[in-house]
Amino acid sequence: MSPTAYLVLASLLFTIGGVGVLVRRNALIAFMSVELMLNACNLAFVTFARMHGNIDGQIIAFFVMVIAAAEVVVGLAIIVTIFRTRRSASVDDESLLKL
Amino acid sequence: MLTHTGSVQPAEGVFSATWLLILLPLVSAAVLLLGGRRLDRAAPIIGTIMPAASFVYALVLFITMVGRDAEARAFSLPLWDWFAVGGYEVSVGLQLDQLSMAFVLLITGVGSVIHLYSIGYMAEDDRQGRFFGYLNLFVAAMLLLVLADDFLILYVGWEGVGLASYLLIGFWQHKDSAAVAAKKAFVVNRVGDAGMSLAIMSMFVVFGTTAFAGVFPAAAEASEGWLIAIGLLLLLGACGKSAQFPLQSWLLDAMEGPTPVSALIHAATMVTAGVYLIVRAADIYDLAPAAQTAVVIVGAITLLMGAIIGTAKDDIKKALAGSTMSQIGYMMLAAGLGPAGYAFAIFHLLTHGFFKANLFLGAGSVMHGMNDEANMRRYGALRAAMPATFITFAAGYLAIIGVPPFAGFFSKDRIIEAAFGENFLYGFAALLGAGITAFYMTRVMLMTFAGRKRWAEDAHPHESPSVMTIPLWILAALSVVGGLALLYIGGGIVDWLEPVTGEEHHELPIPAVALTGIIIAVVALGIATAWLVFGRQPVPATAPAGSFVTVAARKDLYGDAVNEAVFMRPGQYLTRSLVYAENKGLDGAVGGIAAAFGGLSARMRRIQTGFVRSYALSMLAGAAVVVVAMLLVRLP
Repeated sequence: MSPTAYLVLASLLFTIGGVGVLVRRNALIAFMSVELMLNACNLAFVTFARMHGNIDGQIIAFFVMVIAAAEVVVGLAIIVTIFRTRRSASVDDESLLKL
Repeated sequence: MLTHTGSVQPAEGVFSATWLLILLPLVSAAVLLLGGRRLDRAAPIIGTIMPAASFVYALVLFITMVGRDAEARAFSLPLWDWFAVGGYEVSVGLQLDQLSMAFVLLITGVGSVIHLYSIGYMAEDDRQGRFFGYLNLFVAAMLLLVLADDFLILYVGWEGVGLASYLLIGFWQHKDSAAVAAKKAFVVNRVGDAGMSLAIMSMFVVFGTTAFAGVFPAAAEASEGWLIAIGLLLLLGACGKSAQFPLQSWLLDAMEGPTPVSALIHAATMVTAGVYLIVRAADIYDLAPAAQTAVVIVGAITLLMGAIIGTAKDDIKKALAGSTMSQIGYMMLAAGLGPAGYAFAIFHLLTHGFFKANLFLGAGSVMHGMNDEANMRRYGALRAAMPATFITFAAGYLAIIGVPPFAGFFSKDRIIEAAFGENFLYGFAALLGAGITAFYMTRVMLMTFAGRKRWAEDAHPHESPSVMTIPLWILAALSVVGGLALLYIGGGIVDWLEPVTGEEHHELPIPAVALTGIIIAVVALGIATAWLVFGRQPVPATAPAGSFVTVAARKDLYGDAVNEAVFMRPGQYLTRSLVYAENKGLDGAVGGIAAAFGGLSARMRRIQTGFVRSYALSMLAGAAVVVVAMLLVRLP
């Protein structure tokens, strides 16, 4: 099989995610963009696993999913807390944390 | 010719607790200084009883010592091993012989009387605990100095005396002048101490030990060059403590301390340490005639300088301080004459201890009654207002100028005789000093007790309380009979000291009786001159301009000016240039580096914006750079 199509899709998704993180102010959107980048990576891992005929890539993909789930828990909690105090979910508002 | 203590025996019986002499005042010093203000009320009692107890014990020792043969009167008492470095071992020990005994009696006896007087003099002061603690420390340090059997132990006492004098001269440290005087005394003494420590180091190099028992017997085998060097260095140390030329400048300023302190410094402790050192190191000086000559010259110069300074001072304490310099000069001169003079140096030291303590305490009594006024031009006609002070002061006065049969006559007469026996010039200097002494002491006497009243308007002179006059009577009695008693009772002090100092008699160029007559004539001339100037005509209440000699003497013969021009100014320039180099050079380099990093970090700080997205962008850019770099590396 040719991995080209899968890898193109993965880089496409990664780029969309990266641009989303950089340009969107809404913390939730930025968060979703990060998820998109992670999943693009997962797609690439699985593709390579299939290509080489072993399961190393798939195992790493599982790890990424687990880490992503944990990250979602912490990240969403932070976002909700900030939203409660600031009444906004803009990532630029966090610059207040800087001295 | 060798004169060291030939037969020092281990201490036994009543002598085996000689350390108690030092321990008693030391303990009360510790108690009073650590006890703080709670002990202020009890301090005069504790602080006076302990030195007095020490004196009683010293008397017991003295009487026991008198009961023994002349050859069996010196004792050594090893206490403990202090330290051992390689082959050099120092053990702490005491040596009590005839010489130390004389000093111990003077220090504890006159010291106790001064303590007693201080009870009255310092009654108004609110820091009595500290004052008596320092006084006791002074006495303890001085006792250690004269009882040590090793130059290193002596040095401990030597430094203790320096410390205590610093604390006491600056006791009223709220006065700037007192604080400065204390510092000056300390710094000048450090110069002498440097000589002292170099002398001890030289002894270690030459003899391999610093114990008296090791150094003195071995002195005969050492090279004369080393002996002269050690002798001169010891002389430098003695000059510092005894305020001899060229280290005399601290003594006159030291009058800033309370008057009992001046009495203690000038009579019983401190300034006598230098004379003790020279006499104790007799074995070294006897083998180094050049160093002996230096001692005599220093003594002769100081005795004339002190006398001249004494003639012009209007401050009663400073006039007496000038006389102390002069009298210590006599002792140094005698000590420099070798075995012919050692005993007389100690004899004069003892009588001087009596009459100088008497004079200082008398001056303190006058000041006490005159609202602490020390200017003699503000005195006059105090004879009627203070009869007890007048009579006792007069006894001290007659003793110091050497009117027979008062104490100073015998001791000074012997020194002048010994000086003439050695060299006409020495004798002439000593004789001239006696005349000037008679002049300035008569001046003090006339300005204070005779003439018209020149008092300040609010002055109400009154006699001091009996706790102050009793010490005056005791010391006056000693000033009257002390010389006669010391010279003639039981063979006298010369026989007493003979086993330690040796004895030698030079032929006089003229009969001794004739010389005594000349001395008395010179003294009478001094008195008459003073009476013509200060007795017959009224003393002006403000000082007249005076001749160039008077002006110079008022300024301590420019001793301070010389020190300032030769040492202080160049020192200041040196420090100033070093400070400049330090500021511009070292500080500039260090400060420049710090400033550069500071500026750099201020710029770097801008990168941290606080916006999450810009951090994300830089991470992405970084990742992209890594990827590109990897691609570039792997492509070929």
